[in-house]
Amino acid sequence: MWPEYTEQSDNFGGKNKMIRVTDDVIIKTIARVLTPFIQVYALYVIMHGHHSPGGGFQGGVILAASLILLLITHGWAETKKKFSETKTAVFCAVGVLIYTGIGVLCIFMGGNFLDYGKLGGLLMVIPPEARSLGILGVEIGVGITVMAVMFSIFFDTSTGGNSPEDETTSSLR
Amino acid sequence: MKFLSFIVAVITGGFLIYGTQDMPEWGDPNSPASLHVSPYYLENTMHDTATPNVVTSVLADYRGYDTLGETTVIFTAGISCALILRKRRRKKRK
Repeated sequence: MWPEYTEQSDNFGGKNKMIRVTDDVIIKTIARVLTPFIQVYALYVIMHGHHSPGGGFQGGVILAASLILLLITHGWAETKKKFSETKTAVFCAVGVLIYTGIGVLCIFMGGNFLDYGKLGGLLMVIPPEARSLGILGVEIGVGITVMAVMFSIFFDTSTGGNSPEDETTSSLR
Repeated sequence: MKFLSFIVAVITGGFLIYGTQDMPEWGDPNSPASLHVSPYYLENTMHDTATPNVVTSVLADYRGYDTLGETTVIFTAGISCALILRKRRRKKRK
């Protein structure tokens, strides 16, 4: 028994083959159950980059994978409630902003650009610990940017630029 | 002309393969790449950054500027995809 695909606005009139809304209970339930676990694992990979293989790039990609799983199983209308187009664009920039912001903060604390050791005065720890925390902050910034960009690229290529938001607004008018 | 290109490619490839004969053995501790900054990173990572993972400390601390560039490349790739692929809403109204 194959899942029946419903021809909704998410399908863009049959043009989009990658994102289809399905009524299959198994696919929807498993995707919904798995998503939080994938996201927790992604956060673990980012946070544990100091002690094990991992870091911002890898964790960001895993985080994006969970969102893409949500997108291909539940469709754009459901995913938009969690992570909209506007948020994607904002998060793209926020990650780089965190990275450069930490770097510029080091200049204000009297060091060179990205010299995390000088943040020790601000964080009340010794310079090596401050460097460790600086690396963590930078990795979080990298993770946010990678997550937003991967999701954005998948969304753009899968919809071929036909934004579902356009479809809904044009049909309403 | 195709034959000439083939000859040039074979000669260039031959020179490159000949050049690899002089390269140090893979993982050789006495190779120039392993003598300059690598020992410093391996020995001083804990003292400098309190981070056990040397890869992370090199990536985000010693070579932090490089990683900033990588992040900017990814950011630029995402923005370029959005600019090229997304259609503007104004075109729909016409």
